[in-house]
Amino acid sequence: MNNQPQQPVQEMTAGMSIVVQTVTRWVKSFIFLFGLYIVCFGHLTPGGGFSGGVILCCAFILMMLAFGRERALRRLPLGRAGVLDSVGALAFLVIAVVGLFIGGVFFANWLAVPAAAALQRLCAAIGVEPFHLLSAGTIPLCNLAIALKVCTSLFLVFAVLAMLRVEQQEQEE
Amino acid sequence: MSIETLSIILLLFIIVGALIAIETPDLLSAVICLGTIDIGFTILFLFLKAPDIAITQMVVEVVCLVILIRATIRRDKAVVTGERQFFGLMVTLAVIAVLALFTLRAVPFLGEFGAPVFTRVESAPAARYLSDGVKDTGAANAVAAVILDYRGYDTLGEATILFASVVGAVALLRRKPRKEVQEADL
Repeated sequence: MNNQPQQPVQEMTAGMSIVVQTVTRWVKSFIFLFGLYIVCFGHLTPGGGFSGGVILCCAFILMMLAFGRERALRRLPLGRAGVLDSVGALAFLVIAVVGLFIGGVFFANWLAVPAAAALQRLCAAIGVEPFHLLSAGTIPLCNLAIALKVCTSLFLVFAVLAMLRVEQQEQEE
Repeated sequence: MSIETLSIILLLFIIVGALIAIETPDLLSAVICLGTIDIGFTILFLFLKAPDIAITQMVVEVVCLVILIRATIRRDKAVVTGERQFFGLMVTLAVIAVLALFTLRAVPFLGEFGAPVFTRVESAPAARYLSDGVKDTGAANAVAAVILDYRGYDTLGEATILFASVVGAVALLRRKPRKEVQEADL
């Protein structure tokens, strides 16, 4: 039970076998697209920012597992992931605070129930009505912000934990 | 097969998976048994007509398993050898007993299986969420309307918890310190 092969350090940096890499190359875009769909249609169909963000993160984690961390981190460096994480959190908060100023209540849905005349004209111009992609006011925006936040957060956690492992093995050798 | 028997079967499956996950000495097998728990909950949520929760449960489970297996389990001992602590076990059993007692007292007030409180109580907020949700928010998905409009404040708290935990993890596990070690810090 204890004889699991201890894999060398290069495994995490160089990635997996060519079968896994080829399948990943085909599949990762579709995973990303499915995540975007779940996020963008969160106010119409089951799903939403949180689950969609986790699916988006799955694409990056799959890339990291298949191709090694160098290539995944070239696509989404840790610093940029941190910035995007903060941007997502701040965007969610900004949407809520704007609701406080326009709608009068914290988290007021200021696009769906427009208080100002200019916003009303804007909504009429876009053609906002229920069961369309452009509907539900701030809810799709919140979904996008949360998806950005969750995706980069989970990617950061995974990357940081994986890197810690490589560092420790390097120190042991 | 009624939904009630199906959920009982699934719950038994989940309990068996949890017991195996606790009892097996091999950490990898324990993590895989945790996966069966999540699968059981996913199917249960699907049959209870909660696809939003089922999707979230599924994807979070996948990411958690990947993180557990790839990032932590290889670094730890693969086989648990130590004895179980008697005091900790007793405390756990006592807490479970108290919670089960409360649950048994609370169950009669929940009403019939499949008949939530808002179908009986007129003034329950959930009844308004369902009847006026589309008019108030414009969202066709009632769950999205609740978590991002009516109950947006709760979602903000949840997002803040995630943000804070990630900031903590990244700050603790980063490779290089941000500033030089100074005398005053030591």
